[in-house]
Amino acid sequence: MPWSRIKPDTNEPEFLSQDMHGSATRGLAASEPDFQRGGPTGRRISYGEATNEALSQALSLDPRVFVMGQGVDDPSGMFGATKNLHLTYGRERVFDTPLAETALSGIAVGAALGGMRPVYFHNRPDFLLLAMDQLVNHAAKWHYMFGGAASVPLVFWACVGRGWGSAAQHSQALQGLFMHVPGLKLVMPSTCYDAKGLMLAAIADNNPVLIIDHRMNFKQRGIVPEEPYTVPLGKGVIRRNGRDVTVVAVSHLVTEAFLAAQELAGEGIEAEIIDPRTLRPLDEELILSSVARTGRLVVCDTGWKTGGVTAEIAALVAEKGFGSLRAPIARVANPDLPTPAGYTLEQAYYIGKDDIRRAIVNTVRGQEA
Amino acid sequence: MSLTFEAKRNLWRSMLRIRRVQERIESEYLKDEMKTPVHLYIGQEAIATGVCAALRADDAINSNHRSHGHYLAKGGDLKAMMAELFCRSTGCSKGYGGSMHLVDVAHGNMGTSAIVGGGIPIGTGQGLAFQMQKLDRVSVVFFGDGAADEGTFYESLNFALLKKLPVVYVMENNGWAVCSPTNTRHCGDNVFHKGATDRLFSAKIDGNDPELVLETAQKAVERARRGEGPSFIECVTYRILGHAGCVSQDPKGYRDLAEIEAWRMRCPVCAYQAKLLAECALDAQALAEAETEISAEIDAAFAFARQSPLPTAADLHHNLFCE
Repeated sequence: MPWSRIKPDTNEPEFLSQDMHGSATRGLAASEPDFQRGGPTGRRISYGEATNEALSQALSLDPRVFVMGQGVDDPSGMFGATKNLHLTYGRERVFDTPLAETALSGIAVGAALGGMRPVYFHNRPDFLLLAMDQLVNHAAKWHYMFGGAASVPLVFWACVGRGWGSAAQHSQALQGLFMHVPGLKLVMPSTCYDAKGLMLAAIADNNPVLIIDHRMNFKQRGIVPEEPYTVPLGKGVIRRNGRDVTVVAVSHLVTEAFLAAQELAGEGIEAEIIDPRTLRPLDEELILSSVARTGRLVVCDTGWKTGGVTAEIAALVAEKGFGSLRAPIARVANPDLPTPAGYTLEQAYYIGKDDIRRAIVNTVRGQEA
Repeated sequence: MSLTFEAKRNLWRSMLRIRRVQERIESEYLKDEMKTPVHLYIGQEAIATGVCAALRADDAINSNHRSHGHYLAKGGDLKAMMAELFCRSTGCSKGYGGSMHLVDVAHGNMGTSAIVGGGIPIGTGQGLAFQMQKLDRVSVVFFGDGAADEGTFYESLNFALLKKLPVVYVMENNGWAVCSPTNTRHCGDNVFHKGATDRLFSAKIDGNDPELVLETAQKAVERARRGEGPSFIECVTYRILGHAGCVSQDPKGYRDLAEIEAWRMRCPVCAYQAKLLAECALDAQALAEAETEISAEIDAAFAFARQSPLPTAADLHHNLFCE
């Protein structure tokens, strides 16, 4: 599909550099990666290459790791994420699967219980609904239900589609559903650096981790060190400092929010952009301390509005940071509708930089502005 | 098959022990001390016993909501099981699982799912893990005829055949899913008896005959250990008690009393005991001794459960994640 017509390949914006790499980030290798080399002059690779490198390094470092999923060994390799891995590591460790998400998810759970570390690529989150029984009824509960006797170290990955008429069954951003489930870790990367570091952290984690990525992210190029490293789960990052309003955004909306903030800086509004990176565990402290400084909150998510990520983060701040708020919380999320296919309807449906900009202005200056 | 008298006595004793444990749970259930739904295994003892007798300690089993028999036959500790039914901290799942979620890692029982059909792919995945690690361990999945309604069964078997996984699928056809008979749910005999004979070792056998179950399971397990792929064994049996709880809690009128009575006459424990007595593999003294030992073991397990501490509110947030 001609994705290039929807969004061209672009370099990531220059996010706050020290936070781009995260103070809590640690190297997997004996020495810490040289973050200076990871600065604006470091190696720049695509998002797919960054994900691919994480998988390749995990496969190389840990014989328990394997990659499965329908199409992981096809020539395009899941948007490049799994491309050619089967040639290096063999089809025993990187293998295509039947189109049977329910059982294959359980097979991943069983393989984890049997001592392996499966990484199951699901292409679209829409197909995760077929895996809900194993993900929610089994994987998420296994450690707790047996009093800690067994654990399920596995990674599920799915990539939200968008545009080119993907329509209602190939574009759902279902993180709100999964954020509801205790026992699952939920990751939503937004940069090439994090795509690699969070993948390696997810694979090293002893629990079921779901990574929900986004097709728009795969249009990015960013600075990524070659060494293996992890970005800790549960730690968010400030992508831009600002005094007037806290904007929490996930996945590709981090970039949209950042671009909106850059525009508004010229108009005297300084927005602080927070990227939670993982939704569960959520870095509550980072969000609450930012709101304590700014007194205002805008939450942006690629999913639906009702009962989703924006609702949860808004509730968190209303519950624990109400005293800091000087304006009503604003939410920017997709309308509560299935995704339409037609491009004029898509345009009306999806949110982006301009919607976030409008919400920021309204929150800072009031509805009249 | 030619089993030694000792091997026969071991089969019988395992069946008798499972039976007596189930009977004791049944008789004490209305005291409301075991505050967890119980699904009793009375009438099906020959299956868990026969299959597990074909396994090594490091082979894996995957079970279901009706799991007491599998847990015990595979070597599970009775005290830890009873403590779990009493929801105590000393239970095999520390009181977090209850009767439907038994676990015994030391004997390859990595945890029991009560979602019907949920354990089938998990057991399949354990077989995949053994194959990838080049171990000669075998994974056995126990499931009922109800779970054979689920798509996970067909999806899992397809994958196990595709990868030639060391998995033995043991379907316990006890005739009923809660109050729904097999003939309202299945279109006839399972397709796998006829559909893949060149790739799948498949057998439909009398599940109340422990020696036949053992003999068939041995063929399947050896085949799996040799890397020749999965097997499917349908064991025909009967759920003598209700779906859950004790006898008085079983709703009346959904099945014919004559049907229950006919299967009671085919009780696997009584029949095998009579057979061994007739063969002189067992005598009255050995029988009495076993009954006494089992009764004492059950008394001790119930006492252990009752005396064990209960988890408290301070334990609530433990073990959500593995560090």
